[in-house]
Amino acid sequence: MRKFFINIKQALFITITMFVLCGLIYPFAVTALAQGLFPHQANGSLLEIDGKEVGSELIGQSFSAPEYFWGRVSSINYNVYTEKDTIPDKDGQLNYSGVSSGTFNYAPSNPELKKRIEADIKKFLLANPTVERQDIPADLMTASGSGMDPHISVKAAQIQVDRIAQASGLSKEEIEKIINENTETRELGIFGENKVNVLKANLTIKKTMEKTQGE
Amino acid sequence: MWQIAIVIIIYLPLVILTGHYLFRVTLQQKTWLDPLLDKVDAAIYKICGIKKVDMTGKEYVLSLILSNAIMVLIGYILLRIQASLFLNPNNISNMEATLSFNTIISFMTNTNLQHYSGESGLSYLSQMVVIIFMMFTSAATGYAACMAFCRRLVAKTDTLGNFFIDFVRVTTRILMPISIVVAIILVFQGSPQTLSANKTVQTIEGKLQDIALGPVASLESIKHIGTNGGGFNGANSTTPFENPTVLSNIVEMLSMMLLPGACVVAFSLMVAYRKKKTIFGKQGLAIFAAMSILFLVGLVTVYIAEKAGNPIISELGITQELGSMEGKEMRFGVAQSALFTTVTTAFTTGSINNMHDTLTPIGGLVPMFNMMLNVVFGGKGVGLMNMMMYVLLTIFIACLMIGRTPQFLGKKIEEKEMKLIALCILIHPAIILLFSALAVATSSGIAGITNPGAHGLSQVLYEFASASANNGSGFEGLADNSTFWNVTTGLAMFFGRYLTIIIQLAIASLLAKKVWHSDSVGTLKTDNTTFTFLLVAIVLMIGALTFLPALALGPITEHLQLYS
Repeated sequence: MRKFFINIKQALFITITMFVLCGLIYPFAVTALAQGLFPHQANGSLLEIDGKEVGSELIGQSFSAPEYFWGRVSSINYNVYTEKDTIPDKDGQLNYSGVSSGTFNYAPSNPELKKRIEADIKKFLLANPTVERQDIPADLMTASGSGMDPHISVKAAQIQVDRIAQASGLSKEEIEKIINENTETRELGIFGENKVNVLKANLTIKKTMEKTQGE
Repeated sequence: MWQIAIVIIIYLPLVILTGHYLFRVTLQQKTWLDPLLDKVDAAIYKICGIKKVDMTGKEYVLSLILSNAIMVLIGYILLRIQASLFLNPNNISNMEATLSFNTIISFMTNTNLQHYSGESGLSYLSQMVVIIFMMFTSAATGYAACMAFCRRLVAKTDTLGNFFIDFVRVTTRILMPISIVVAIILVFQGSPQTLSANKTVQTIEGKLQDIALGPVASLESIKHIGTNGGGFNGANSTTPFENPTVLSNIVEMLSMMLLPGACVVAFSLMVAYRKKKTIFGKQGLAIFAAMSILFLVGLVTVYIAEKAGNPIISELGITQELGSMEGKEMRFGVAQSALFTTVTTAFTTGSINNMHDTLTPIGGLVPMFNMMLNVVFGGKGVGLMNMMMYVLLTIFIACLMIGRTPQFLGKKIEEKEMKLIALCILIHPAIILLFSALAVATSSGIAGITNPGAHGLSQVLYEFASASANNGSGFEGLADNSTFWNVTTGLAMFFGRYLTIIIQLAIASLLAKKVWHSDSVGTLKTDNTTFTFLLVAIVLMIGALTFLPALALGPITEHLQLYS
């Protein structure tokens, strides 16, 4: 019996020690190191325009204006909302109830998946009359896992050039150039996929438009 | 395809190196971190009143369970009162009772099944002192159990090793240093590590966006090193902050593969050490090879299935060159996603970089089957113990067929051990299948299913396979935050972890006390290629016999329907 009590005492003390070591000292130490070594990344890789934060280079955003690139489908709308969405509507429902992440979780066989993709294709074709259905890459019509995917495939960016050119007043060459500038190629040419950062590309479009209008 | 091969090639030297280090840490031999860590350890032993006395198998298990129980108690209380504590800049409220029960069991058993979403369910303090704390301690517990098991297989006595010392040494010498290095790499790649509140920014379209921050990197590293798998955010490693780039993806995969593989190497060295020094002992190599075969078969299957895409999307007339992209991230694509899926379920981590619910039926069958087998490397420490059950079973069956006395490492395998081994192997499928049956037979169970048809059954099977295998990934569509799901999966995780560990250590104790016989010409060789294939065959046969009917009703039916 005495042995049992010693055991309990050791178990209790080891719990408390580990609690302090792993739960407090470790994360605080890593925070200090991270803030010292890589403050930009440690605070969320935020992007600024004129000193105002407009997003994070790693987190996608939803865009609906025709002069901007559109990203992938998101079940949470990239946590983007308006003031109105945080006020209950007439059914008492909130359109935005706080930050989250995730996807629709539709199985490949789920009829809802087919319905959603078909509706999105129709909407996209309507907004991009020069695009043929078979040219749409699937990544643009499928939902990302996180709901915050900052990237689209290069092809998904290219099929939006006509629409953006028309709406923004920029030339197609300028937009092609913006795509190239914001394309992240495979790491070391092998790992991952070639992709375009939507928010960064759109910030470049905004800057170029302002410059053209300013002239 | 190349990117997958290269990751595996990088893995091999890393795992051998870590295995040697693990071996030295376990046997308390000299390592290069000793000058610093000996002092740290000595201080911890002094505070806790730990003496360097050897324990019997029974004492060892008792210490393991006692310390885990105290941790569960403290963690549960913290979750229930988190709203009123400090470090809660996002004003998160207290966690509900059954959800807290589920969460705390989940993290203590190294499962990390999450029925909450981190960004809305936990304060920063809870993320640190409950989640990160338990990620370290549950991994250290698994390792301690495994090393106690391995030591007993090669020893001539049952009184050896001290739980608390094993537990402390693995935390300070392995988990902590590697976690710090990996965390810094992840921050460099873009994971945030801050204690300030979430940001709200104004987008260039004039709307608002919330960006969830927090001490992500410090959780992310131990989540993979300790094969835990519970994400800081709801969507786990799919989110850009938990897994910002392809490089971070590779680092995370290697992190979770490192220690389960190293356990096998360390075991091989313990066996070989009785004779001579070597890089990779033959006995361990035979087991490592068997695990690798099962792993590679699964990997190739997922890759082919996902690359083929979803026939329903092809019917809609758009181009699917990249493969099935629903639920996947653009920066990873199909190759990195397929590899991650296989790794996270083979090494029972349970983090995800794509949504498993959206995988093609065959692509989803593989991770499910990996968890049902629960021996393809497996979680930190316990995976090797599970595989050893099959090793002993294989020896027994093979020896019966050729009429020899079953013997492993000089110890005879007799009736008592065989009964326990059979029981141990049966617990896991029993938990999965019985709970699944209960779920589909009750309305509160069915209420969680969100996908129609055969896939609905897959959701249920996956959830319990994940809980019992202490994996923690999910077919996340399942609406699992209800009393039924919280309680049933909580029990599945609890039994899947502790019953198995207790029985396995009991078997090890029995073997440790036996007289050692030297090998003769009549002894079945257990360290050659024939044995490797025999082992793979037995694992697959038992797995197929147990789970094929359920799999046929779930993913296989869905596959046939998709292609009909």
